[in-house]
Amino acid sequence: MHRPLALILAMAALCGCHATEAAEDSQDFSQLDKGRYLTVVSDCAACHTQKGSDQAFAGGRPIETPFGTLLASNITPDRDTGIGAWTDDEFVNALTKGTGRHGAHLYPAMPYNYLTKLSRDDALAIRAYLKSVPPVSHQVTANQLPFPFNIRLSMLAWNALFFAPGAFKPTAGKSDEWNRGAFLVEGPMHCGACHTPKNVLGGTETSKALQGDKIDGWLAPNITNDFQRGLGHWSPEEIVAYLKAGHTKLAAASGPMGEEVALSSSKMTDGDLQAIAIYLKDQPGQEQPPPPAAASNVTKAGAAIYADECSACHGLKGEGVLGLAPGLAGSSGVQSTDPTTLVHVVLQGTRSVATDAAPTAPAMPSFGWLLTDDQVAAVTTYVRNAWGNAAPEVAANDVARARDRNP
Amino acid sequence: MSRKLPPKDVVIIGLGWTGSIQAQELTDAGLDVVAIERGPWRDTASDFPPSYSPDELRYRLRHELFLKPAQASLTFRNSIDQTALPVRTWGAFMLGNGAGGAGVHWNAETWRFAPNDFQMRSHLTQRYGAKFLPDDMTIQDWGIRYDELEPHYDRFEYLCGTSGTAGNLNGTIQEGGNPFEGPRSRPYPTPAQKQPFSHTLFAEAARKLGYRPFPQPSGNLSQAYTNPLGVAMGPCTYCGFCEWFGCANYSKATPQTTILPVLVRKPNFEARMECEVTRINLSADGKRTTGVTYVDSSGEEWEQPAELVLLCAFQLFNVQLLLLSGIGTAYDPKTGQGQIGRNFSHQTVSTAAGFFDKAKFNFNPFISSGSIGMCIDEFNGDNFDHGPLGFVGGGYMGQVQTNGRPIEITQQLPPGTPAWGAKWKQAVKDNYLSTVYAGTGVHGSSASYRTNYLDLDPTWKDRFGRPLLRMTMDLHENELKMSAFLTDKYAEIIHAMGASQVVKQPRKGPYDITKYQTSHLCGGAIMGTNSSNSALNKYLQSWDVPNLFVMGASSFPQNAGYNPTDTVAALAYWSAAAIRTQYLKNPGRLIDA
Repeated sequence: MHRPLALILAMAALCGCHATEAAEDSQDFSQLDKGRYLTVVSDCAACHTQKGSDQAFAGGRPIETPFGTLLASNITPDRDTGIGAWTDDEFVNALTKGTGRHGAHLYPAMPYNYLTKLSRDDALAIRAYLKSVPPVSHQVTANQLPFPFNIRLSMLAWNALFFAPGAFKPTAGKSDEWNRGAFLVEGPMHCGACHTPKNVLGGTETSKALQGDKIDGWLAPNITNDFQRGLGHWSPEEIVAYLKAGHTKLAAASGPMGEEVALSSSKMTDGDLQAIAIYLKDQPGQEQPPPPAAASNVTKAGAAIYADECSACHGLKGEGVLGLAPGLAGSSGVQSTDPTTLVHVVLQGTRSVATDAAPTAPAMPSFGWLLTDDQVAAVTTYVRNAWGNAAPEVAANDVARARDRNP
Repeated sequence: MSRKLPPKDVVIIGLGWTGSIQAQELTDAGLDVVAIERGPWRDTASDFPPSYSPDELRYRLRHELFLKPAQASLTFRNSIDQTALPVRTWGAFMLGNGAGGAGVHWNAETWRFAPNDFQMRSHLTQRYGAKFLPDDMTIQDWGIRYDELEPHYDRFEYLCGTSGTAGNLNGTIQEGGNPFEGPRSRPYPTPAQKQPFSHTLFAEAARKLGYRPFPQPSGNLSQAYTNPLGVAMGPCTYCGFCEWFGCANYSKATPQTTILPVLVRKPNFEARMECEVTRINLSADGKRTTGVTYVDSSGEEWEQPAELVLLCAFQLFNVQLLLLSGIGTAYDPKTGQGQIGRNFSHQTVSTAAGFFDKAKFNFNPFISSGSIGMCIDEFNGDNFDHGPLGFVGGGYMGQVQTNGRPIEITQQLPPGTPAWGAKWKQAVKDNYLSTVYAGTGVHGSSASYRTNYLDLDPTWKDRFGRPLLRMTMDLHENELKMSAFLTDKYAEIIHAMGASQVVKQPRKGPYDITKYQTSHLCGGAIMGTNSSNSALNKYLQSWDVPNLFVMGASSFPQNAGYNPTDTVAALAYWSAAAIRTQYLKNPGRLIDA
């Protein structure tokens, strides 16, 4: 990723071009570096780089939405198929107002409703960085939606309902750190894009900000300070460790969040991660009724399955092994009201993220081939209600539906 | 014809323990490294998840993880006057394949050699006189001292998180450890594993007989551990599926659980899997290697040029590739001239089975791990007086039973039991829980001899049309005497445990290629003090081709009474340090002798 930069540096050094004080210092890469960092924070690569491709930002990755599939566009500086021919204003408008090159409306799979919090300088910095990456000729037809969603004009109405444009404004009375966290979470990191529930039109339910939503067969959990379902039991240090390394005693990032950690948060500064933690810990959760207790005959079968299949790694008391198998006792993910992620992980298995801080990338094996729906329901219900945990029973039907979704 | 690829700084042949260690060290030094590996990529998550890895039939009996003899084999004979025939099913040893090499399926018994093992010939000659050694025994000194290797043993053990009890900390003998071991600079990174019942009972019996038992140093970890590279390992669950299997729990030290996760993240490292190196290429004058030629899985041939070549394949294939590439001079047993193929050795293991009263003893043998065990070292190396005994060498011994797997274990019943039917079933019932099974209880050394050697077979070819390696190997009187003596001592301890019947199984000749012994093959490209007694200098650098280094147990002049991996890995670290601090500054012979 630094190669273009290194090349420019090397060439500049060869030219020896330091004869006169230019209006702009050609050796000043602060804008470029800021743009690179904001591109990482915004996790542009997650959508705009095809999985497994070495052609960064050349687009083409399918983005599933409830309304159909979109393909992420080519944002390399290629003039014909990328954004090389765009003006700065066009670029800034796309990021912060959701309008494409000739005024066409973008779909909010592109998170302009979050990137709008960026200042014009921020957006131009991203622009400068994206100009420095290698251009790739790759034609992408972004809009693959069925009628009527393929009519972009419909976004006018959507925007009127759900889009609040405008750069980030700090909240008076909160610390600089809190405000930095607010900017990152509500702005470029676009956490709510996954973690905030959507209404039937795909609009953000602002009253339930960051209280969790389903995505691709996973639950993007509640990340407010809710003690029952959210980060209430997490210390700021644990939140920082999770975002940086992908692993804490009670959680391992995998699935979509594993990608986020790998590409984005593991590369952010400790100061920014700390700011995010401060901000998230200040988000109030929603009161929820205490969960109903599971029937004891179910947990008895679940306990036996747990002892045979799970306890070797997760421990006889659900304590887990740091860096390898997340603890289940006290885990907010395990006790989530919606068991989507837990069932998904038992059925399909998953591999946790590898980061510089935690390179191991251990995996949970798939048990879908080994356990019946009833058995998966029993063992997940057990872990949700053992060792002081409490959460509603998982039904065999829930498991069957999850199998259908990911056969 | 082969197509030429852009050059690399370093080519590593084989991505097992030594290849992984060297790749990690040399990429840290900033070099651009490619590892070329014959077998597939393997990792814990994808290849041996806990939901199906404990499958005795698949892995133990059908050899899932091993090299397929159709892919590469060798021929075997006991003596020069015989005609060798190809091995078509592995027997005496198992050959790893793919990422991690034999480091995937080992038990992880992590022993250091004793200080005087490295000066075996001069030490024994000094103590017993030159005439004490048989004429055709070709043991020699290694050219390296224990204290030179100690920091590198330490590095490997801390990489692996080895569980054990130190017996000698900086010269001070420690209670509960091996009092005979060389001094170690610090304790093991994790405490010894807890021992099952029969292992504990062995230690008690040994103590009563006046020995000093200690827990076997184990790469099956007693507790969770994060190694210096940041890779996390889990505590062993005593499932008893270690040797022949991949560990599903991230508990056994393997390249997968210690190095590879870090290596694969490095931009200056690349692994080419399912690519077999067919030749190490030499410059026109034969004094330098220019890289390697390999064949990929689609049969395409490639030439990979490199400044430095590290031969990190298994012992047998290191020797074969040197011979096929015309590096050094092939050993001739008639004249004793030539270094490549000379001083081949194995491991003289033996055992005794103990059958106990089932009403009094319930050993629960399935609670186990690959390197669990209580051992004694009184009869290893030169820890005891060989003068009256008429042989040299020795071995550790212990209750090191690794498993209670149903297929393997139910083959071992008291003598006279029918092989099938109701009586067999009853005998299994009566003995399963109350037997100390015959395993590798006695871990004897293997001296090298003039007529035990490796060369190229004149008849049999591999799938590329290259000659197979030919092994000429037999057991000599010294080893047979040693094995009888050690097995007697071992049986005494099993008897003292309270066994009602003890069945001794000392090693008997001739050397049997079909019966599993250990996978500890040694020698054939040995290290030494000068180019007339060895293939490699003490840094594992080829005397003949100085930009070639050869890792692995092929460098052992003979085998000691311990498992070799800790020494193999320590030598790799030692060699890597020499490459980094000396060779890279001034590429050429590190020693002129």
